[in-house]
Amino acid sequence: MSDSRVIAPVEAAHHEHPPYQRHHFETYAQQEDATNFAMWLFLLTEIMFFGGLFTAYLIYRNWYYPAFVAGSHQLSIPLGGLNTLLLITSSFTMAMGVWCAETKKQGGLVLCLILTFILGLGFLGIKTIEYGEKIEKHHVPGFHYSLQSFLDPDSDEAAKAAGDKPMALDMARHTEVYFSLYFAMTGMHAVHMIIGIAILAFMIFRARAGAYTTGHVTFVENFGLYWHFVDIVWIFLFPLLYLISRHQ
Amino acid sequence: MSQPNLNDQDGQGHHVAHEHHIVSPKIYLVILLALLVGTALTVWASYIDLGILNPILALAIACTKATLVVLFFMHVKYATKLTKLTVGAGVFTFLILVGMTLADYFSRAWGRW
Repeated sequence: MSDSRVIAPVEAAHHEHPPYQRHHFETYAQQEDATNFAMWLFLLTEIMFFGGLFTAYLIYRNWYYPAFVAGSHQLSIPLGGLNTLLLITSSFTMAMGVWCAETKKQGGLVLCLILTFILGLGFLGIKTIEYGEKIEKHHVPGFHYSLQSFLDPDSDEAAKAAGDKPMALDMARHTEVYFSLYFAMTGMHAVHMIIGIAILAFMIFRARAGAYTTGHVTFVENFGLYWHFVDIVWIFLFPLLYLISRHQ
Repeated sequence: MSQPNLNDQDGQGHHVAHEHHIVSPKIYLVILLALLVGTALTVWASYIDLGILNPILALAIACTKATLVVLFFMHVKYATKLTKLTVGAGVFTFLILVGMTLADYFSRAWGRW
């Protein structure tokens, strides 16, 4: 018995659908809903992941309040604020990229993805400057951690400007907890940015080949969800790490 | 889009389960401006001494900004009920994580300090 007889009924049952629709979905809309749901489930795990870090931050901030206040005085509001602007703008360009994909504007999509890519790199560049400052002042937790800014605030420009008082040694040592959480939270956020930027680079090439302007927008749309999520994490990191202890 | 319209066709004769809603650039632009204003507001407020209200105001602004991003940039306002429920479940579980943990840490040594 030849194989063609077996295959024939299957071929007859094959319904018409666009090439990017998986065969087991009834419609493209159904496929899109399913993929979208999966992406949100992934983002829920991300919420719980960053949620653990935020919870740790809130608890330690409550325990070692003076140390966290003095630690946050070491961060630069202009640099943090500029990074917030870059990230919010990159979220906007990404949202516009999704719109371009939906309305099948290939040139616009490539432009939006490139802008998002550049803004993301800009964010990491400023973050590098901030990290560099921490390394110079020995504020990176570990063997070379220095308490000088907190034991003798007059010797430190940022601490002096904030009007910090010299701290007792046991509390000053807890500034290391603040910086551990600072590096853990902004570091994990930066890792997410690096992954996002790598995917963006891949998407720019694919978009130039016309991959996302065929009506198949799921990939761009779900990457957009990821990028906006990373933006939301920063929206909370900025006030918590930089802003809320300026008057204590 | 709250109810799926079964009479909708996708141009190839298929029924559409959930019509893909395209959010217009005008809405994106308004949200961008709102987010920029929110950022300016939160930085400005941090330079004013409001005592205990400083962190509360900063978090309130951050929550507002996050809600705008979720509803419009992430299309949840126009999404299926399943997506809305999923997002709601995520926020709810996160609040349990933070709320219950903090309640424990803040009440454990109650009256013993």
